[in-house]
Amino acid sequence: MSDPRIAEAFARLPDFLGSHVLVSVTALALGLAISLPLALLSRQRPAWRAVLLGAASIVQTVPGLAMLALFYPLLLALAALSERLLGVGFSALGFLPAVLALALYSMLPVLRNTVTGLDGIDPAVKEAAIGVGMTPQQSLVMVELPLALPVIMAGIRTSAVWVIGTATLSTPIGQTSLGNYIFSGLQTQNWVSVLFGCLAAAVLAIAVDQLLALMESGLASRRRIRVALGGVGIALIVAGALVPGWSRPGARYVIGAKTFTEQYVLAALIEQRLTAAGLAATRREGLGSSVIFNALAASEIDVAVDYSGTIWANQMHRADVEPRAEVLTELSAWLAHNGGVRLVGALGFENAYALAMPRRRAEALGIRSIADLARQAPNLTAAGDYEFFSRPEWAALRDAYHLAFRAQRQMQPEFMYAAAAAGEVDVISAYTSDGLIAKYDLVVLDDPRHAIPPYDAVLLVSPKKADDAALIDALRPLVGAIDVKLMREANLRAAGGKDAATPAAAAHWLWDQVKDR
Amino acid sequence: MAQASATIAFEDVGKTFGDAQRAALDRVTLAVPEREFLAIVGPSGSGKTTLLRLVNRLAEPSSGTVRVAGEDVRDVDPIALRRRIGYVFQGIGLFPHMTVGENIAITLRLLGVDKPRMAARVGDLLDLVRLDRAQYRDRFPDQLSGGERQRVGVARAIAAGPKIVLMDEPFGALDPLTRDALGSDYRKLHDDLGLTTVMITHDMLEAVLLADRIVVMHDGRLIADGTPRALMSEVSNDYVRELMQTPRRHAERLQTLMERGAGTTPQ
Repeated sequence: MSDPRIAEAFARLPDFLGSHVLVSVTALALGLAISLPLALLSRQRPAWRAVLLGAASIVQTVPGLAMLALFYPLLLALAALSERLLGVGFSALGFLPAVLALALYSMLPVLRNTVTGLDGIDPAVKEAAIGVGMTPQQSLVMVELPLALPVIMAGIRTSAVWVIGTATLSTPIGQTSLGNYIFSGLQTQNWVSVLFGCLAAAVLAIAVDQLLALMESGLASRRRIRVALGGVGIALIVAGALVPGWSRPGARYVIGAKTFTEQYVLAALIEQRLTAAGLAATRREGLGSSVIFNALAASEIDVAVDYSGTIWANQMHRADVEPRAEVLTELSAWLAHNGGVRLVGALGFENAYALAMPRRRAEALGIRSIADLARQAPNLTAAGDYEFFSRPEWAALRDAYHLAFRAQRQMQPEFMYAAAAAGEVDVISAYTSDGLIAKYDLVVLDDPRHAIPPYDAVLLVSPKKADDAALIDALRPLVGAIDVKLMREANLRAAGGKDAATPAAAAHWLWDQVKDR
Repeated sequence: MAQASATIAFEDVGKTFGDAQRAALDRVTLAVPEREFLAIVGPSGSGKTTLLRLVNRLAEPSSGTVRVAGEDVRDVDPIALRRRIGYVFQGIGLFPHMTVGENIAITLRLLGVDKPRMAARVGDLLDLVRLDRAQYRDRFPDQLSGGERQRVGVARAIAAGPKIVLMDEPFGALDPLTRDALGSDYRKLHDDLGLTTVMITHDMLEAVLLADRIVVMHDGRLIADGTPRALMSEVSNDYVRELMQTPRRHAERLQTLMERGAGTTPQ
């Protein structure tokens, strides 16, 4: 327990585990409610059955992350449609898409085992059921289902393990789960957190599997006590995971964070500030870049830090580049007129996209600016994060400098720097506030043609909380308080630092530097 | 010709399965009077089971008419029909997930009999088939011997007080001792309860010892019909004569043994 990362992981366990159990149980219940009747309906219809099992098998081949990712835009469109037609919108973020995708995912084992279980019943027993005068429904309920139950339970077990495992992937679409440990740990190179998340999910899956196995063996051997013990065990897990969440006062402010270290640090900092001001807050981390702005506009989250250039390009669809101050002014006005997200202020530093190279390699090649780079680009390999090469900033850079690399690769941001330092790639897309730039002795290349817009970190508040004075007052001390050197240092402290620092610890450090100014 | 008074009557009944060349039943006409114990004997595939299944509409005839208590079964709700006809299934046919008590009470439960009456009736039925109430009621079928299981099967068949009991090779898989005991026990029940029983068997000895009347089936047709005594003595058909040889030979051999045993003292 001496490691602060383990203590922090345990501190967040009730929230993450509770959400994980809730989303898994709901998805499993929904999956069962759909697949059991479907299996029963298809029992006498071989054509249906083939189609059904085929469809379920195809669903199963879709990777879990892709399945979850597909449901978000689908529901977003549905929510917009329902808002327009019925006047009632619903949240396309988090719980709903996660439950739907996981429910779909859980169906195949239940379908297959129900069909197999019913098929496997001794025909003599079915004949006897009809012979003693049962209707087909009575035969199903009194004889066939009870006899197939052990096989059906085995299917439910498989489903439960799949759903609990796959639920860790629902973090990027805004559903808090044990995956939060894994995603944030991966971003901040906090392997303790990654391991903790994996272990917690595995322990939960094994516990549920074993309890269901107990029920299954109880059903097969007609020992009611086993069935009851298994049922009670599962009920205890569900209750134990959910009760702390209910008894805790509901958090009134939800802080969103994207999927990189700086965002985790700033979300932790905002949470600490709100808590200090007596406001109950919770974090939803690991949200996709476009997910977070939509969620903010829909007031599904209340506070987030975004970057002026991102909104400039992605939401305002501006391709021109203006100076920092003008961008901020226009941005503030545009947000106020388009949905009502409030720009509280800029934090004081920029986290711009930039191209960076190892200092020694840049000097050896005589490269100082992107213009220099462009001449040698056909011999060089570039790496970007998952978004970079599909972002308008890259298009602007490419067109302004006629950049064409020998090869382009996509990488996990935290690994890009090490890859550049090791010479595996020559140029990477870097973030100007990233602490790793100094750590790996990289040099940020100049942008003499100003192809990349400014990326001021800005504090945004949802339309619903735009006039919340207590919230705004708590956030105000952060405005203009953090320069790029401080942010780089904090980022370095949160990820890949020598001492076992966490985003929360880095946020404390950051506040200590800021509060006396 | 079938008499109108018969409890079960097959009138010119035919049955073909799918597009099979040979008929499973070929123009069978047979009447079973009230309280008769009829045995149907014949080799595998002779149509015995098919004939039996027509009675409670587990199968439907392709032609002809089946009557139960004078009514064309096509006019009777098959579910109600099955609930008033007892059926002892080939093999076991007990529900493996139900206790002995639950198995016996199943038809009563389907008929909506209340729990106390159901429990009392199950106790009586266990007595009737000579199984100890306390010991057997809560056991599961896989905890019983073959003979005990078939006793439960008989109890289940007569639970709802049917007038007709159909039995499909009920004692076929049992050892000879158990088989004999069960056979004579059932025959007593048949007489005491005034049942009409149709029993399928491929064992002529069993048929001779239990039944009032035996019909022999072959290739979907009735080839002999008579009392055991009549079939033993005067038979025109070769196959039937061969069938009747077995019990007669057994009887003769026993007779010889008994006479010799009575006359001499072993040294």
